[in-house]
Amino acid sequence: MTQPLPPHVEVAGLTKRFGSFTALDDVSIRFAPGCFHALLGENGAGKSTLVKCLMGYHQPDGGSVAVDGREIGIANPRTAHALGLGMVYQHFTLVPSMTVAENLYVGRDLLPQVIDWRSARAEIDAFMTRMPFRVPVDARAEELSAGEKQKVEILKQLFHGRRFLILDEPTSVLTPQEAEDMLGLLAGMAKTKALSVLLITHKMREVLAFADEVTVLRRGRQVTGGAVADFNAASLAESMVGATAFEATTKRDGARKGGEEVLEVVDLTADGDRGNRALAGVSLTVRAGEILGIAGVSGNGQRELVDVLCGQRHATGGVVAVDGEPYHARRGEMRDHRVGILPEEPMRNGCVRTMTVAENLGLHTFDRPPIARGGFWIDHHVLREKAKALIARFNIRTQGPDAPVTSLSGGNVQRLVLARELDRAPRLMIAANPCFGLDVAAVAAIHDELVAARNRGAAILLLSEDLDELLALSDRIAVMFGGRLVYETGIETADVGALGRHMAGDGAEAA
Amino acid sequence: MDAFGARTDGLAGRRRRPFLIRSAANAALAEAILIPIAAVGVAFVLFGLFLAVVGSPPLEVFSSIYRGAFGTWFSWQNTLVRAAPLMLVALCTTIPAQLGLVVIGGDGAVLLGGLMAALCGLVLAGAPAAVGLAVMAACAAVVGAGWIGLVGALRHYRGVNETISSLLFTYLAVSVFRHLVQGPLRDPETQNYPGTYPIDPAFAIGEIPSTNIHWGLAAGIVACIAIWIVIKRTPFGQAMRVVGGNPRAARIAGLPVGLLTVAACALGGAFAGLAGFFEVSAVIGRANSALYAHYGLSAVLVSFVARHNAAAVIPAAIAVGGIRAAGGLVQRAHGLPDATVMVFEGIVFLVVLWSASWYGRTPLSRMAADGK
Repeated sequence: MTQPLPPHVEVAGLTKRFGSFTALDDVSIRFAPGCFHALLGENGAGKSTLVKCLMGYHQPDGGSVAVDGREIGIANPRTAHALGLGMVYQHFTLVPSMTVAENLYVGRDLLPQVIDWRSARAEIDAFMTRMPFRVPVDARAEELSAGEKQKVEILKQLFHGRRFLILDEPTSVLTPQEAEDMLGLLAGMAKTKALSVLLITHKMREVLAFADEVTVLRRGRQVTGGAVADFNAASLAESMVGATAFEATTKRDGARKGGEEVLEVVDLTADGDRGNRALAGVSLTVRAGEILGIAGVSGNGQRELVDVLCGQRHATGGVVAVDGEPYHARRGEMRDHRVGILPEEPMRNGCVRTMTVAENLGLHTFDRPPIARGGFWIDHHVLREKAKALIARFNIRTQGPDAPVTSLSGGNVQRLVLARELDRAPRLMIAANPCFGLDVAAVAAIHDELVAARNRGAAILLLSEDLDELLALSDRIAVMFGGRLVYETGIETADVGALGRHMAGDGAEAA
Repeated sequence: MDAFGARTDGLAGRRRRPFLIRSAANAALAEAILIPIAAVGVAFVLFGLFLAVVGSPPLEVFSSIYRGAFGTWFSWQNTLVRAAPLMLVALCTTIPAQLGLVVIGGDGAVLLGGLMAALCGLVLAGAPAAVGLAVMAACAAVVGAGWIGLVGALRHYRGVNETISSLLFTYLAVSVFRHLVQGPLRDPETQNYPGTYPIDPAFAIGEIPSTNIHWGLAAGIVACIAIWIVIKRTPFGQAMRVVGGNPRAARIAGLPVGLLTVAACALGGAFAGLAGFFEVSAVIGRANSALYAHYGLSAVLVSFVARHNAAAVIPAAIAVGGIRAAGGLVQRAHGLPDATVMVFEGIVFLVVLWSASWYGRTPLSRMAADGK
């Protein structure tokens, strides 16, 4: 077990500009071998830029990177790998149809022309005996759970001798238990100096529980940093967002029992992407002026339910009605019933990358007066003016209505979608993980708007994998498991333990 | 301003910067114009190498191509006559391309549209010319629309790849066309070149005054400009571009993706069918195998060179029409097979496809991005 120590990495005065925008401004951090260092910051704070400079994807405009005391220019990821630096991304980079062993092996930078699988396998087996955790080496990657996949990603880095691991929000795709498990393992390995960890996150809880050092970035500058023991959640949050911590300020104004039924779903069935039966008869009702939260571990039919309600997937059976009329998510129906949709991953699901901010804001209105004169001639002036009004009202940070939508940060893309959907004064709002991957300030803004819409009398269906979010916002919470709603409770009687048991599928015994 | 607004307040620095790199939008515009020209330049170099290898002096052949395409008023007219169908058939690729579809089967719609036009012409013999022409054109467009519309329907409702199916549909159209023209519809007088009976000469569409160019050119130019406006300025065009940019966002906005897919393909097919009508009415006078002149593949090239911009289809079609028009002269002057210009066309196509990866990576956009 005489492994060499992980590399000693130090950045000094690191600066990176994109055009006139300074993404990273004079950042200096020392990473001792075996450290567990957390990099904390909002979206756009410069976390990704910093690690991309380390990994050789970006060349810094100023400052230096030193590895094991030698100042070094990292020209590309291969150089970084050779120095023992490796990166684990938020999303998986495994080949789904290959086994774990194959995935481990093909992750190297230079593959031989002919792979001697027998010796490769021996090498992998020997490597696995040195690891503190196990994964099924012969299973295909697609058969693994999200937590296991993330472990394979880490093993892949270690197998190729990369001992300074950068993890970019690795827990955002994991269940809370899987996240604890994985971060615990990493912390343990860091303690024995088997590796160094640089964890990018904006979850304060993870930082406080697992990291021993922290650096907080805000708008490219190093705001504060030091031993985690010197901080608490409040002080970290304050450094991240500036003087005041954001918290949703709009409160639900009393339960509104007896509002009319807006959305009614009866016995809905639908197939998943692989032809499996993803929805096995879902029935639910959302009334005006209430938020119905749907909890569940991801992969239990939530995505398919949203897809059907948004017209992205065909139902195989059942009925969806809005205001008592059959609803098929057609454009006219969405407009007449004022249905708003806040999808997860708004750039992928709700925006057109090739278009401008104004065009994306006008996605629902471009074919109607006043934007479309007479219904057949788009008046770009009106489109732009409408967009300007929305940008101002919802405080979207952009260069202007003509900027490409791809120039917006993640939080601002979701804000754009929110502005567009709220602009039609929705009677029914369908929100699916609307805050996934957003920073504290953006989350608070979106929670505020959802609750405000509810208080104005909108019916809101909120699907979320974040139980805290559901508990904070919902009037009722239902649990989805195996393509059905298996449990429902009012917020007054909601109990985390009971919800958790039903999410895990053993509600029957618990009840 | 804050960090996000910083890009907007560099006005003082901007005034001194050259127009081309003043903003990302300017750089993108410059690229959109310069890259196709550069691509054709690269293609010339490669074609020159090819000519050198086969033993012809490249510069002299280039000069012949120029003379054959644009050197005289006669060659200009020849070029424009060939450009006319290319414009119409290119729209059969350009319009579906707005939705992200790659339709390459314009030839099938040309053949069947032309055949339909000839049939109408035969049936209506003796009718007033205006009526006959209108019916011929309308029927050709409808047949073309149905043919390519079917490709769109297969794509949306059955998930069949539209590139493959439109290509196979062309083979199908060729077979149907041959069967009818060599069998039931054959004029026994046509021995070596089987074709239908000739249509009533009254149904020959005229030429643009003081030229030898038929009205198909005017129709092609008008169609390209009209479609350009439709795509840029109407809700239908905007809806097509939303589907092309992100089908998931289109569905969340409730846009009828299936209907748009079929409509875009049908509209493109209608123009290809119309090209068949013009060839029959203005050039051939009947339907025979001269109609199968592989306009489709050259038209796909035109659409790609124009980057699926309907207005840019006009100059692109004239350029490609010129290359085709020069074939005869190249053959006579240099003893090269007339397929030589097709080699050039193929090289242009490959370089243009390659050049799609240049956008946003030229020194221009780098300088624009570096700012200050």
